[in-house]
Amino acid sequence: MNWINAIVQGVFLGGLYALFACGLSLMFGVMRIINLAHGDLAVIGAFGVWVVDTQAHLPPFIALLPVLPVMLLLGYLLHRTVLARSLRSGPLTPLLTTFGVSIVIQNALLQIFSPDVHSLGSLTGSISTSSWRVTSELSVPYLGVLILAVAVLLLGSLQFTLQYTGFGREMRATAQDPEAAALVGVPASSVYARATAIAVATAALAGAFLAIHSTFDPSSGPTQLIFAFEAVVIGGLGSLWGTLLGGIVLGIAQTIGATVDPQYSILTGHLVFLVILASPRGRFVANRSAAA
Amino acid sequence: MTTPTSPVSPTPWVVRRSSLASRIGSGALVVIGFALFGVPQVFGTNIVQQLTSLLIFLILAVMWNALAGYAGLVSVGQQAFIGFGAYGTIFMTQQGIQPYLAMIFAAIASAALAVVLSLFVLRLRGGRFAVGTWVVAETIALLISLDQAIGGGTGTSLRGLNAYPRQVRIAYTYWLTLGFTVLLLLILFLLLRNRAGVGLQAIRDDEEAAASLGVRVGRLKFVLFVLAGFGCGAAGALTLANTLFIQPQSIFGVQWSAYLIFMVLVGGLGTFEGPIIGAILFFVIQHQFADLGAWYLIGLGLIAVAFALFLPRGLWSLINDRLHIRLLPVGYHLLRRSPDASANDRGKPNP
Amino acid sequence: MSGLLQVDNLVAGHGLLQAVREVSLSVTEGEVLALVGANGAGKSTLLRTISGAHPAARGIIRLDGLDITDLPPHRRVARGLVLVPEGRKLFPEMTVEENLLVAGRRARPGQWNVDAVLNAFPMLKPLRRKRAANLSGGEQQATSIGRALMTNPRVLLIDEVSLGLAPVAVDAVYESLQTLTRNGATLVIVEQDLQRALSVANRVVCMLEGRIVLESATAAVTREQVTEAYFGLARINNSSANPNQALLKRK
Repeated sequence: MNWINAIVQGVFLGGLYALFACGLSLMFGVMRIINLAHGDLAVIGAFGVWVVDTQAHLPPFIALLPVLPVMLLLGYLLHRTVLARSLRSGPLTPLLTTFGVSIVIQNALLQIFSPDVHSLGSLTGSISTSSWRVTSELSVPYLGVLILAVAVLLLGSLQFTLQYTGFGREMRATAQDPEAAALVGVPASSVYARATAIAVATAALAGAFLAIHSTFDPSSGPTQLIFAFEAVVIGGLGSLWGTLLGGIVLGIAQTIGATVDPQYSILTGHLVFLVILASPRGRFVANRSAAA
Repeated sequence: MTTPTSPVSPTPWVVRRSSLASRIGSGALVVIGFALFGVPQVFGTNIVQQLTSLLIFLILAVMWNALAGYAGLVSVGQQAFIGFGAYGTIFMTQQGIQPYLAMIFAAIASAALAVVLSLFVLRLRGGRFAVGTWVVAETIALLISLDQAIGGGTGTSLRGLNAYPRQVRIAYTYWLTLGFTVLLLLILFLLLRNRAGVGLQAIRDDEEAAASLGVRVGRLKFVLFVLAGFGCGAAGALTLANTLFIQPQSIFGVQWSAYLIFMVLVGGLGTFEGPIIGAILFFVIQHQFADLGAWYLIGLGLIAVAFALFLPRGLWSLINDRLHIRLLPVGYHLLRRSPDASANDRGKPNP
Repeated sequence: MSGLLQVDNLVAGHGLLQAVREVSLSVTEGEVLALVGANGAGKSTLLRTISGAHPAARGIIRLDGLDITDLPPHRRVARGLVLVPEGRKLFPEMTVEENLLVAGRRARPGQWNVDAVLNAFPMLKPLRRKRAANLSGGEQQATSIGRALMTNPRVLLIDEVSLGLAPVAVDAVYESLQTLTRNGATLVIVEQDLQRALSVANRVVCMLEGRIVLESATAAVTREQVTEAYFGLARINNSSANPNQALLKRK
């Protein structure tokens, strides 16, 4: 029964990873950019909520409300100032740029907030700690359900937007052929900026939930980036629902690893990722698109 | 319809491998190379140790440039080999092998690791390769930190070197570093100078076009990946010898990749001279500003972003664009043979 | 002399190669201009530069008097100038309808919408929900033209109307073009097939090595004259300086 509990916990952990991966998947799908600063942007979101929380004494879920629009704007500006130019210089440049941004964010946060580890879990009341005891071996945490629900909702709405709205169609068109899109009136740069804005806002959301679920500090970014990336690749690049699946597989891998020995949890995740990458399906995934 | 006969004029173009500048440049480098071997006799241990650090950065920069600049493989995971080289050395000295010999073996072992890793990692392109190599580095770091025999998460020191008096140890480390540097530069130079080199530069410019022309893209990437594994492994082993103590988090840390990206980007990606300039610059900056802690890293990150946006081809491009010189004869020059055979070299070097 | 679309001394190239050399053109409203010439003559580059897909090195492009030379392509579309690119370049994973809708989202006001386009290209009606990548060449061309129409353009540029299409498909496309021209559309088309080009156009312009070598109303010119210009034979007849070329003189 221990295994079943592990799997269930893994599914919920996967929801959190899917939240992180969502923005990464979007940016990659639309712009073919791997945003190496994605995890750090999520940490900015976490700090944002923490600041609003401690300054204005609002519970985290309310504190999110002002933070999200700010992050939307931040993402938009990030694209307009930095990413747009790097797209023009070739496929390597965005990697280098986002890596530089990542270093700047991490160290700026370090300067502003000190290396202390924080958590928002204590501020959310019972929801972050309570769970529903199904059996003596199996418990379903409320927070886990909430995060999974948010992930499904978010991915679902993004998928819907992409599929059925004019704005979403423009994003898909620009992703498939930016030049042809421009030739029929769609401004690629504008589309990219909006996609980045959404991606950064989802990162902030994920960061906030990470803060509630466990802990965070200025250097948490890269770890989350790796998990997000693993989720995206496991699930299949470019597919939003695949990202959810990937997150869940990763979550389960980690929790099962933890059941064997807590020190093995992250390692198991990495190994599962590498095995999938090395598999024939992994080869298909890896070769799907020519560019980054 | 007959073609009118006319005297065939000698072709007005001639192809040269080296130019005056590259002859001076390579001559100078050889002289400097010899001179560098004499440094420990002349200068104090402090300087020798600094120079060792510089040379280690040089090795790393040149290796990363070989991967990213020539094979188009942006690796954010070279720290895997750096750490593997360092821990490999520790492992071997624990087995009783003489430390300096262990370092050489560890570098070779890193090359072997690269061969194994290439099986999955070289299937990936672009961003996927980048994060894939990073995950591999994290995995290896975790595996090693779990192994108590090698010292685990708290760090290990290289004991075998305590046998040597400090001055001697620093000198030997320096010489070994210099030896590796020269070896790696030589290998790279030879690779670039012959057919493989042209193929590499073709891959760098357009992989599909290169493949369609018969360039063995897969094989060349493999060679560079293994070479980079070897070089970074050596750098890791040498870092260990220079600092004597390492921890998994730091030796396998992703900040190594940050430094590599900085050096190569600022110096000039895809050129032979670029990483050398970048390494020197980085060394100077680090030496002056590392005490500033987080501000130093912020500055480094900002400079990297600025270069990526405004001077993506690096500092060397500033010099190269104006003067069209190459310090090393790795390219081809198309010179117009002037009718009066004057020393007028209107050469257009082809990058 | 000022038309709806006015191009003055346009120069454009690829690196060191000049594909368009000092080209000046004028297209009046309601006119159909055929642009012909051998491969490499510069026709595609000219259209791409006019539409903004390619940067102009020198020269001015004016649409209804407004200088659009420095405008990015999507802004030119907003002003009423749209290109149907060579190779169709549809959005492969999107359906025919979605391809049309994307172009229609920021369209200028006008008569074209999805239903109007489907009426103009009846072959597309059953293909509404089909993925663009699965369409045949002729269907793709029709969709591509229809997609450009969705923007309600004042000037429609079509690059390589019949390239790669089966004759039957070309017939269908030209039938639709006739409908457009009957309704007073302003078109500039690049067409390899001289016969087709001359049949649908009011004026023909022939390019060779980046320059215009012939410009005339289609009624006033014969096929032979265009062919001569196409192959540059007219130049040879006029030049006896080069002994090699003199050998190619016609008797």
